[in-house]
Amino acid sequence: MIQITDIRKSYGNKHAVKGISFEVREGEILGFLGPNGAGKSTTLNIITGYLSADSGSAKIDGTDILTEPIKAKKDIGFLPEIPPLYPEMTVLEYLGFVYDLKGCKLPRKQHLKEICEVVKIWDVGNRLIKNLSKGYRQRVGIAQALIGNPKVLIFDEPTIGLDPRQIIEIRNLIRMLGREHTIILSTHILPEVQAVCDRIVVINKGEIVADEKTEDLINAVDGTRKMVAKIVGPEEEVLKAIRSLGGVKTADVLGKRDTDSISYMIESQERVDIRKPLFSMLASKGWPLIGLEGMELNLEDIFMRLVGKEKDKEDKKTRKGVK
Amino acid sequence: MFAIYTRELKSYFLTPIGYTFCGMFLVVSGLLFAYNTLLLATPSTDSIGEYFIYLMFVFAILLPLLTMKLFSEERKARTEQILLTSPVSIFGIVMGKYLAALTVFAATFVANAFNFVLLFNYGAPNASSILMNIFGVFLIGAAFIAVGILLSSITENQLIAAISAIVVNAAMLLISFVAGNIESTFWRTVLKWFSVIDRFVPFTNQMLDISAIIYYISLAAIAIFLTTRVIEKRRWS
Repeated sequence: MIQITDIRKSYGNKHAVKGISFEVREGEILGFLGPNGAGKSTTLNIITGYLSADSGSAKIDGTDILTEPIKAKKDIGFLPEIPPLYPEMTVLEYLGFVYDLKGCKLPRKQHLKEICEVVKIWDVGNRLIKNLSKGYRQRVGIAQALIGNPKVLIFDEPTIGLDPRQIIEIRNLIRMLGREHTIILSTHILPEVQAVCDRIVVINKGEIVADEKTEDLINAVDGTRKMVAKIVGPEEEVLKAIRSLGGVKTADVLGKRDTDSISYMIESQERVDIRKPLFSMLASKGWPLIGLEGMELNLEDIFMRLVGKEKDKEDKKTRKGVK
Repeated sequence: MFAIYTRELKSYFLTPIGYTFCGMFLVVSGLLFAYNTLLLATPSTDSIGEYFIYLMFVFAILLPLLTMKLFSEERKARTEQILLTSPVSIFGIVMGKYLAALTVFAATFVANAFNFVLLFNYGAPNASSILMNIFGVFLIGAAFIAVGILLSSITENQLIAAISAIVVNAAMLLISFVAGNIESTFWRTVLKWFSVIDRFVPFTNQMLDISAIIYYISLAAIAIFLTTRVIEKRRWS
């Protein structure tokens, strides 16, 4: 549905995007991850035709955005980083304007009402946009993207600056929209991607560092599992026993939280579940296990590892170069 | 294009800009009209021609009010993203905005023409001369709007857009006075060729000067063309 081939873009001497290629299949929700300044927005702006790439092509449903912009743009609904709203208009006036702007042919009143109901802004339809809260503005921004029922939806950080309840609502909304649309969701919040996306593309400094299915990526990077165990027992002996357990990579004391229990950070080897042996061992020794908690990797961890790998490669390259 | 035209037109009157422009225009041009007819006019002179020259300067200063925000504000608020990612051509966007500003200008100008109706009540002015002048001045206003839009597309700052448009418009008018004081015949001819006021002279003499009409329309067309280029260029930079 979306085909990106070797897109490059520089601003002056700064190379914002250095040859990005990926594909999004029909009906897929793609998470587009990366730290600030990685080139996410630039890439999305190129796909939507707001910016032009220096080289490479972006095709929407087979139509090149550069050579046939009007046809390609008809299939795209875009929510930029800052929702493009006109504060002096009411919500319905604004949506009506977008409806006309996109040359939408669906029955006007019914279509606008449906969209307002989907994103839950029907009750603020007659209010001025400048008087709306951030959450509502964001939703008006999403509503705008949905007008004309485009095949492709592109959301640039749609949950930024929202409160937790609104974030969950917007995520659910995006998941629901994913049933009928192909979606690119740019974000730097990992749980968001885990909750919503089928596939993840991670970019850093204008290059793709990972392009995988969501579970694969998390498993691949999360090769070793970390967990925190709270155990009542003599510190030295417990630590020794844990370390001698098969499959344990490292074990360290995290500190005392309660009066008699001690927390240990245990890292297991790749694809080994040590929870059962750990429990049996502790039970046989008579040391009560009063808490066991897996540590979820967040984007920073995944990212640091992906970027770390890249950096290692670079270092090796430069070292070779020196030799 | 029509969507943008209607939105801009509404927006003029959802914000104070439209009212400010209409009000200031009607007050200033009304005062000038009174000055030129009640105070200056004698049976032997035709002070109406002079009124239209004054009117050009009013346009030069007030029309940038209408055009200053058209692109600069969109760029600053990033609302241009919705325009440029919608299935509309850049030329369509520019024309929608241009025609909206032109409509507000034309409507105010028509309201202003009520002054002339009064004139007919009290004397027998030369109707064809007045119509010719109005037509000429309207074309000049239309060119000034295009220049204002071009300058608005260059900067994100409305104030800079307005001031630079006033300066450019005023310069196009003042060339005429500079040309009159130049010794070299070559440069005088060149400057007079470009002068907006010198081109206007045939209209005051009730002549429909095709070359002047083409000149004013080309001025507007060139400014609009350059605006589309400025916006197109930004995508690539």
